[in-house]
Amino acid sequence: MSADLASLRDSLLQQIAAAATLDALETVRVDALGKKGSITALFATMGSLPPDQRKDAGAQFNNIKQLVTDALQARKGVLEQAALQTQLQAEAIDVTLPPMAIHTGSMHPIRQVLDEVINIFARLGFDVATGPDIEDDWHNFTALNIPPSHPARQMHDTFYMQGNAADGAPLVLRTHTSPVQIRTLMQQKPPLRMLAFGSTYRCDSDQTHTPMFHQIEGLVIEEGIHMGHLKGTLQAFLKAFFNLDAVPMRLRPSFFPFTEPSAEVDIACNRQGGRMEIGTGDDWLEILGCGMVHPNVLKNCGVDPSRYQGFAFGMGVERLAMLKYGMPDLRAFFASDLRWLQHYGFNMLDAAPIPGGAA
Amino acid sequence: MKFTLNWLKNHLETTASLSDITDALTSLGLEVESVSDETSRLAAFTVAEIVATEQHPNADRLKVCRVNTGAETLQIVCGAPNARAGLKTVLARMGVVIPSSGVALKPTAIRGIDSQGMLCSAEELCLGGDSSGIMELPASATAGALAAAALGLDDPVIEIAITPNRGDCLGIHGIARDLAAKGIGRLKPWNPTTVTTTGGNSVAVHISDPALCPLFALQQVTGVTNGASPEWLAQRLTAVGQRPQSLLVDITNFLCLGLGRPLHVFDADKVNGDIRIHAAAGGEAFAGLNGQTYTMPAGAIVISDATGVISLAGIMGGASTAVDAQTTNVLVESALFDPLAIADAGRKLNILSDARYRFERSVDPATTLPGLHQAVALILEHGGGTACPVIQVGAPPALPTAIPFNRALVAQRGGLELTHTQIDGYLNSLGFTVSDAHVTPPTWRPDVTIAEDLVEEVLRLAGYDAIPAVPLPVATRPAQIPAILNRVSRMRRALVAAGYHEAVTWSFTSHDLAVQFGGGDAALALANPISADLAHMRPSLLPNLLLAATHNTDRSIRGNRLFEIGAIFQGVQPGGQELVACAVTWGMNTDNHWARKAKPVSVYTIKQAAQQALQACGFSLDGVTFSPENLPAWYHPTRSSVLLLGKTVVGVVGELHPGLLSACNAPSPIAALELYLERLPFAKQKAVARPALQTSDFQPVNRDFAFIVDAAQPADSLVKCIRQVDRQMITQVTVFDVYQGTGVADGKKSLAVSVRLEPRDKTLTEEDLTSLSTKIVDAAGKLGATLRV
Repeated sequence: MSADLASLRDSLLQQIAAAATLDALETVRVDALGKKGSITALFATMGSLPPDQRKDAGAQFNNIKQLVTDALQARKGVLEQAALQTQLQAEAIDVTLPPMAIHTGSMHPIRQVLDEVINIFARLGFDVATGPDIEDDWHNFTALNIPPSHPARQMHDTFYMQGNAADGAPLVLRTHTSPVQIRTLMQQKPPLRMLAFGSTYRCDSDQTHTPMFHQIEGLVIEEGIHMGHLKGTLQAFLKAFFNLDAVPMRLRPSFFPFTEPSAEVDIACNRQGGRMEIGTGDDWLEILGCGMVHPNVLKNCGVDPSRYQGFAFGMGVERLAMLKYGMPDLRAFFASDLRWLQHYGFNMLDAAPIPGGAA
Repeated sequence: MKFTLNWLKNHLETTASLSDITDALTSLGLEVESVSDETSRLAAFTVAEIVATEQHPNADRLKVCRVNTGAETLQIVCGAPNARAGLKTVLARMGVVIPSSGVALKPTAIRGIDSQGMLCSAEELCLGGDSSGIMELPASATAGALAAAALGLDDPVIEIAITPNRGDCLGIHGIARDLAAKGIGRLKPWNPTTVTTTGGNSVAVHISDPALCPLFALQQVTGVTNGASPEWLAQRLTAVGQRPQSLLVDITNFLCLGLGRPLHVFDADKVNGDIRIHAAAGGEAFAGLNGQTYTMPAGAIVISDATGVISLAGIMGGASTAVDAQTTNVLVESALFDPLAIADAGRKLNILSDARYRFERSVDPATTLPGLHQAVALILEHGGGTACPVIQVGAPPALPTAIPFNRALVAQRGGLELTHTQIDGYLNSLGFTVSDAHVTPPTWRPDVTIAEDLVEEVLRLAGYDAIPAVPLPVATRPAQIPAILNRVSRMRRALVAAGYHEAVTWSFTSHDLAVQFGGGDAALALANPISADLAHMRPSLLPNLLLAATHNTDRSIRGNRLFEIGAIFQGVQPGGQELVACAVTWGMNTDNHWARKAKPVSVYTIKQAAQQALQACGFSLDGVTFSPENLPAWYHPTRSSVLLLGKTVVGVVGELHPGLLSACNAPSPIAALELYLERLPFAKQKAVARPALQTSDFQPVNRDFAFIVDAAQPADSLVKCIRQVDRQMITQVTVFDVYQGTGVADGKKSLAVSVRLEPRDKTLTEEDLTSLSTKIVDAAGKLGATLRV
């Protein structure tokens, strides 16, 4: 290689290494490889060379061109990397600043417990029914085998409405969800399984009573149903609801005008250490009332009690909630205090939604 | 119903332990509510005698007592003024926990003198208030004996709840009968002593309506002394919480509790003329034993003499003929009255008495005469005097009728297989008479009228525990859940996701708030409200949520979003109740944030929640019409709107009226939504499978337009009008800017909308786009909109 060629090569490589910016590098590239570039000019001299030197010169020119092209490429990579680094540094922000908060609300424990109970009984084939809060005397009492002047009416502390029914009958705020049994039996022929729920009212207000509360009521009317089925159903429910392998349970004889035989149900609990633990211990805790549907109730609804029998049960929703989730005070359920709602409420993802697909 | 163990044992021969007895009571359906057993509570306390006392050398008020425990002599420092030699009192030894303080006694020196125990006051034992000195036991008490026994507190008191059907257990004898049938001992038969009678009666008795009073028995006793009751009788009554009054009154109370047999004693010298039992005409005045005067409701059973009403039969005696310390001649009454008439009068007059309680449930008719005999025998025994012959008017009612009974019903209803012998044995033990196909209840069980009642009796004795639990047969079809419940559930979750907290508020509100929120119909007022705040059925969910918002802001509680899904009441008929979702938000729409400044909540805040709630149920705000018509008065008139679906009002969104908020001292502003869940239509058939997905391979295009419209023109109308241009192609119209100010004429505003076009069958050419743009501009033009240039 001639000294000129070597000098050109070294000069170009030096310029490439010295280019501080992508623009400067581009200038070097154009000066070397552009139409009027120094290396382009070398190839233009090929024609004027004697034929026996052309091959050797061409190889040398190509060699220089390759060296310079590679050096340009390498330098470009370095400069691009540096430019990106600079840009990234310039983009720096404080990632510790907080994002916009997304506040989630909460479901009321009464609704959560209702959904849980509905879910358990839906799996056992219980339809869900509702009824009006303002009931007539017949549905709330008489049809349920509680005639006027029956002492059981005194157990109910009934709220009466100033208005009367269309037929002049007295109207009450339902004292229990049992009138939904009557409405169901009047509309639907057995066999049937039904779960009713809703607000109920008693004229009573103190630390452990509120004038409004919520009940869940179950009814099964089929052929061949007896108290053993009632026990089995309640046992299955209590295990599922409290999510326990066993919930020791005892039935005690009791009295409801609309069931015969009647029972109250206690579950085992442990009150030691100031905490209530369900399903274990020597104490008993009353949780619900139940019994075999009284034949008079079936007759009142046009059902033949000699063919169909069944059971009914009813329980307080707030009580279930308090036992499972530990709220100490009944009155707070209705106080709409956001601290309570946030603490005892449920996320929409915690929930067991009502089965039945899309709206 | 309260009784003591010893009183029970007067009627029941048993060796069963207290806990066996209480377990049996509960399993019989006689639910034990409480057992107060002072013997076990005070087991660590014994009787001790102070042998000698001397002055404490270092303290004026203290004495050093030498105390005989029955086994040894202790030295105890005591500050009680009544500590004296010879006094028998209650001793707590070292380690014993003092009930009033809950602290265990530790060996101690008081002012340098060792004290080896403590002598206790009544207060320290939690036996009533006296803390002025240590307890004084009778001289007959034996040192070392249990204090509870020496105090006469060794008789446990049992309280049970009696269901309304079990009138027979409102007497201790009836409870004993149930226990005996359960195998807890043997019922002691009750055979009243009959007394010899002489002389003639000074009164005659007339019953005007045998249906109200089938049987009335009266026995005159002369020459009685009505002093204090003997100790045993007073103690029986005191133990169950009744105050002893006088021998005559105490005897009737004793038999009422012991036998469930109400009785009454008249002072014969205060009765004028003959006695008449009749229905009150209504309006008669009656002065009761309790010192109150009542006006008789028509139909109440009353007992009258020549002067008027002297007793409210079966409920309460009268003041004018009451016995007192001077009484010497008495008329003892034992009768049967119609339970419904008693219940009715008792309720109307609001008189609660032991007699009413029993008569309106049931009183064994067979105790009428024996109960009278027993009372008179006790009077003669403890008060002296002479008995006249019994006056009996009427007759006991017919014996209970036989109930047809197929023993197979026990297994059919009860699920418990028992032999006929077992079944008959249980029924016999309860006093039922059993034949092949019939069972006759005893006189004390009028509540047993049908075969199912007999099944319960058998199961009670066999024990409900014996019934095997059986799973319910597998359901033959899936459960039917009403679609509305699913809608409620979805809307609830959507509102929770939107940041709202669910409240459950009373279904009632005050009359004032009901009126303010469109209600107030007198028919929806409660006849017997618990308070004025809770006197009226709510016409809307808003008033209670408004109070809740105020409650939370007044206390500076964090959070500003509440909702409720519940019933509102517009009429008393079943159709007058409607399911509504209502949400409120107040204060600022977000927390203040470095990237976005908080603004006061507005209708737009709540519209976001409305959109989420509707979308969760398959609807959208895009599909509803906003209408200013029929906007309820409690909304801000220019910042609220009724939501229409077709012509149906399905809800309201807006800000609450500032005037209302300031009148209620509520925070301001409050934005609210109300959605009427039952008015939104339901899909006819629930299609589970989805329609096939339709996608287009052609490039969608976005075109932006800025229109100048009247400032009052709703943006919604422009959006809807543009959509109508091509419902296939135009898939979305979004308002992305609203501007008023420089460059826009007064009274006008600029609305910038972005229109998304999604072609289905070909790529849009420039000509297609121009043509569509022209159509959009023309359509907007019909609303008076012009392109902003």
